[in-house]
Amino acid sequence: MEGKLLYDHQKLIATLNRLAYELVENHDSFDNSAIIGLQPRGVFPARIIRQKIEEITGSKIRYGELDITFYRDDYRTSDRQLIASPIHIPFSTENLNIILIDDVLYTGRSVRSAMDALLDFGRPSKVELCVLVDRKFHRENPIAPDYVGKSVDTRGNIQKVKVDWEEQNYKVWLINA
Amino acid sequence: MTQLSVKHLLGIKDLKEEDIQLIFETADNFKTIINRPIKKVPSLRDITVANLFFENSTRTRISFELAQKRLSADVINFSSSSSSVSKGETLIDTVRNILSMKVDMVVMRHPSPGACVFLAKHIDATILNAGDGTHEHPTQALLDAYSIKEATGGVTGKKVAIIGDILHSRVALSNIYCLQKLGAEVMVCGPSTLIPRHIEQLGVKVEHDLRKALEWCDVANMLRIQFERQDIKYFPSLREYSMQYGLTLDILNSIDKDITIMHPGPINRGVEITSEVADSDYSIILDQVENGVAIRMACMFLLAKHKE
Repeated sequence: MEGKLLYDHQKLIATLNRLAYELVENHDSFDNSAIIGLQPRGVFPARIIRQKIEEITGSKIRYGELDITFYRDDYRTSDRQLIASPIHIPFSTENLNIILIDDVLYTGRSVRSAMDALLDFGRPSKVELCVLVDRKFHRENPIAPDYVGKSVDTRGNIQKVKVDWEEQNYKVWLINA
Repeated sequence: MTQLSVKHLLGIKDLKEEDIQLIFETADNFKTIINRPIKKVPSLRDITVANLFFENSTRTRISFELAQKRLSADVINFSSSSSSVSKGETLIDTVRNILSMKVDMVVMRHPSPGACVFLAKHIDATILNAGDGTHEHPTQALLDAYSIKEATGGVTGKKVAIIGDILHSRVALSNIYCLQKLGAEVMVCGPSTLIPRHIEQLGVKVEHDLRKALEWCDVANMLRIQFERQDIKYFPSLREYSMQYGLTLDILNSIDKDITIMHPGPINRGVEITSEVADSDYSIILDQVENGVAIRMACMFLLAKHKE
């Protein structure tokens, strides 16, 4: 693939492990916290982070997957049809500390929609954001991540971050769109 | 398949198999949404939908309205009995007047076959057919097929018998198209006066004996006798009809397999189906109603996309 390799498999796993430790540092045993991966692509890092946290804390944590298709602000104007993915949040978010996990943070619009969607499952006492790649300087909403794998400077429309979640060979590329 | 191939939902005949699969996948997600404590999403908050019912309806109308509200659309309801239609206004004038109040989508039920096609040609809004005369009732067929899929694990290869008044039924025609597109075998069963001539050209089997139809099928979809559309007598008496074609628990128990029983409603208990059967474990009638909301949400969600 043409472009710059931001992460190879090993580095990516190391970063996800680091994020898991950071989360445990701030959330202790996760008794009052939950992580939620954003469909469709944020669930891959979320699942790995969840597994790591469960290894560290030695107990099961609350875990959910949230799809924001029905909450998007651009669904009728964007050129492509957005296909919904399953939503699976088997707990109420009422009074929990929620950590949203996504792969790439770009304009912040998905995260804004996700916060809308999250309210339909209860009122969390706190919502944090954890992303693997932060494309800073392109935000269209006042949103900032709390946990970041890597921050990169990218050129808006002409570059893209591509994350390859192929089985056991994860890679993250910065490519020219 | 990422987008429907049609701009309006006028009939199943116009849909491709992929369209139906896309509607089902989307409906899966809406079904989880309508089963959670907060049953609403904001997808259609910028859309106004007019429900135009020129014919009576309970289920379809409530189901559409609920689906629209769960998608956060603004809804206006219209029924011909309480409107200026009785003062002599034409269909197109009625609809144009409603559309000039900035309506994006029209859900219409009308006694004339083809009324929705006519409307789609003449006005600039997305049209959903909620039943046009004896022609089509697409959302009913979609929810029926979806319910079959849910109850039996799949539609492909299933044998479905549609039993009753096929001649006057829009549900039957839409069901035939939909089930065949999904790879099911379809049989129609009823007295010969209530089976349209040449229907076998649609590729369906025709049977006049209820027991034989039941022995053949995996799923039986029982239809009501549509007296409101019958201007002559098609069978000697209701009693005779229900003796020949009424589904009873005795017949079901005497057949050596489990058959899934469906009914699009309204049920005439004791005519085409007895209460024992309608309320039995064989019946998925109430699941059909639940799935109707999810299917209609999916249809409107996917169609709204086409309007820029």
